[in-house]
Amino acid sequence: MEIDPFIFRLSIFILSIFVGYYVVWSVTPSLHTPLMSVTNAISSVIIVGAIIAALAGSSEDIFQTSNIFGFLAIILAAVNIFGGFLVTQRMLQMYKKKKK
Amino acid sequence: MSANLSALFYLISGILFILALRGLSSPETSRQGNYFGIAGMIISIIVTFLTVGNFGTGFIYVLIFLLIGGTIGAFIAFKIPMTAMPELVAGFHSLVGLAAVFVAISAFLKPEAFGLGVIGNIKLASLIEMSLGAAIGAITFSGSIIAFLKLRGIMSGSPITFKGQHLINLILGLSILFLIYYLCRSQSSNIFWSVVVVSFIVGVLLIIPIGGADMPVVISMLNSYSGWAAAGIGFTLENTALIITGALVGSSGAILSYIMCKGMNRSFFNVILGGWGATDQVASSDKKEQKPVKSGNADDAAFLMKNASSVIIVPGYGMAVAQAQHALREMVDALKKNGVKVSYAIHPVAGRMPGHMNVLLAEANVPYDEVFELEEINNDFANCDVAYVIGANDVTNPVAKSDPQSPIYGMPVLDVEKSKSVLFVKRSLSPGYAGIDNDLFYRDNTLMLFADAKKMTEEIVKSL
Repeated sequence: MEIDPFIFRLSIFILSIFVGYYVVWSVTPSLHTPLMSVTNAISSVIIVGAIIAALAGSSEDIFQTSNIFGFLAIILAAVNIFGGFLVTQRMLQMYKKKKK
Repeated sequence: MSANLSALFYLISGILFILALRGLSSPETSRQGNYFGIAGMIISIIVTFLTVGNFGTGFIYVLIFLLIGGTIGAFIAFKIPMTAMPELVAGFHSLVGLAAVFVAISAFLKPEAFGLGVIGNIKLASLIEMSLGAAIGAITFSGSIIAFLKLRGIMSGSPITFKGQHLINLILGLSILFLIYYLCRSQSSNIFWSVVVVSFIVGVLLIIPIGGADMPVVISMLNSYSGWAAAGIGFTLENTALIITGALVGSSGAILSYIMCKGMNRSFFNVILGGWGATDQVASSDKKEQKPVKSGNADDAAFLMKNASSVIIVPGYGMAVAQAQHALREMVDALKKNGVKVSYAIHPVAGRMPGHMNVLLAEANVPYDEVFELEEINNDFANCDVAYVIGANDVTNPVAKSDPQSPIYGMPVLDVEKSKSVLFVKRSLSPGYAGIDNDLFYRDNTLMLFADAKKMTEEIVKSL
């Protein structure tokens, strides 16, 4: 009997929830806003799905409905990736220690 | 690139994303963490290009669209004022949600491109995963839009409730599950579209009954949803990076929701079912009696604080609205010159999103080691001369400790009344979001400063 690859993905998923649980509890409360913006940025890795969708099919016929949805998703995810990481960076630059 | 090799690279991306969150455990390591996140994203995108291996016309278009989106994103990131962070994050959540919906639609329309079978015969597991991803994505999208409109002030922040609301939500929620079940049996595209449409409606209905000050919970919850939507798509695409990220973001949002609910001593369901505040407000204004209030001006406040040895600042949402953080910093600088010890006390639900006050203070160049959380600083109020409450209200109300009848009973509050004197900057005596009178206004050691938070603080700076 072979194990369905789905089970492996499910294992990764469940273990990641545990990793996330412990990692997020260690985040200092003063950085909760950057935490939200950075999680937002990394969840835009959904762009990999958008790229696959956009590039599916032959080169001559690149604007089929499914491709168009892919392109739209690329724009949305790209706004998020650039916006999310940059605004996080901007916020983190502001956190300074007391000058001694 | 072979599927196995790309899977390994996606795993590396996933690990870099974990390290990105890990970096946020302290401000020193946080910037490095953000770079890990960026590196993970770049690896994911490049690996995807190499795996698809289609560098024709389509590739050029992908780059163009990537650039368009990126430019818009970068522009927003540099222009956005820090006070607008809550609505920005809500807006970004909506984009992730919609992107998830689009990817799911695309996968449904052309399953062979994703290796999920052919139209009309998509693998059962993939169909469940993509429809769940689409449903959660759609709920995230429309819910975040509503949250955005409320935070932006385009839509009223007060809860919108109607009879049978919860029943309708329940029926719609169950109908999504039923539709997905039916979709798996029939593979019909009409049913797939119905799932998406019903989910959009659920998203709207889910957020409209939730009021302004509960926004920290709403934003955290939508953060969590956007993660689960990403994970659903990750299963569809069999992509490790997406599955890991989805799980991380999902649990992150869930933990933040939990922390916010605990900060208000309310259960998650109590917040989600909404309606707190709107009805209470009427009741409390009826029985309002005239109680004596001491009010003062900027000179009184300046005199009190100048002669104090320690001052604790309690900022709240009102500070964000008035954009008073810079004036506040100037006031603190002036006080420090006079040898006064100043620290800041932040309640977990101060503001409209988790950590909102900390970001604003950081923007005003307040060193983060002068800013303390509720548990760290609450005992210090007893030894403090002046508590300066600026734009906060419910989170200081002692009634939460004394009156079991009060709607906020049991909510952790800052013990400002224990300090020798309390300065309360507020525009009027009106109650806060919870709709209850704050006992603190009428205490002997309280001096009300009736003014706009920014103006009052600036005047205090002048008279210092």
